[in-house]
Amino acid sequence: MTSNQIMFLLFSAVIVIFSILTVTSRRILRAATYLLFVLVSTAGLYFLLRYNYLAAIQLIVYAGGIVVLIIFSILLTSHISEKLPTASLLKKWPALLVALVGAALCVTVILQHNFPGSVGNTELVSVTDIGNSLINYGKYGYALPFEVISVLLLAAMIGAIVLAKKRKD
Amino acid sequence: MFEGVPLSWFLVLSTIMFFVGVYGFLVRKNLITMLMSIELILNSVCINFVAFNKILYPDHMEGMFFTIFIIAVAAAEASVAIAIIINIYRRIVNIDVEKMNEMKY
Repeated sequence: MTSNQIMFLLFSAVIVIFSILTVTSRRILRAATYLLFVLVSTAGLYFLLRYNYLAAIQLIVYAGGIVVLIIFSILLTSHISEKLPTASLLKKWPALLVALVGAALCVTVILQHNFPGSVGNTELVSVTDIGNSLINYGKYGYALPFEVISVLLLAAMIGAIVLAKKRKD
Repeated sequence: MFEGVPLSWFLVLSTIMFFVGVYGFLVRKNLITMLMSIELILNSVCINFVAFNKILYPDHMEGMFFTIFIIAVAAAEASVAIAIIINIYRRIVNIDVEKMNEMKY
């Protein structure tokens, strides 16, 4: 077993355990912390795949931004020692059935399919290449999605301010 | 195969994560925990994109750019969703989906 496999198994164990804890924990602040662990180990997987830039974005935007935003809103909307009520078993089992059947179906399909075993190149993607692709409007260029996403972020920013603003009535 | 790690391992991991997110979205009643389940689902999709990109098409960068855009859309979605949740909390001092039975007034 190579060191890469060991690291992958470690990260995936953390991801699976803490994502299950995220959706089952009864204390909402703890659920947010478990979500943070999941996102950080996903960044670890990206580092394992040599996507350093992507891992940095994952850490900054997800772990640094979204989780902090979620924790802020938890602190604004619920009491810190409040425990969520457990859903009754009658309401739980259809969801559990959907999740288990769907996961079993997908896993069997994945394991039956034979993927071509190309050896991935282990070079780093340089940030220069990423930047050139983002402003390139030719083939393999992403200038248009880049502009669209910037307009979307601006719209989300204005929308969040307008929605959360205190009304004067 | 990426240095001993087969592609199917990544896919199985992201499948498990995706359906844990689906389960959480269906079971949870609190709006913020439902938002956290959606983040789990988006994250599992990102893992899929990145693994396909690195292992099947290592000379391209499409999967990575899709992941970057997914992360940006997730950030925008989370900010607007939290603004809406705070607004709802102001109106009916609760963020439980079962208590939200009047949308118009």
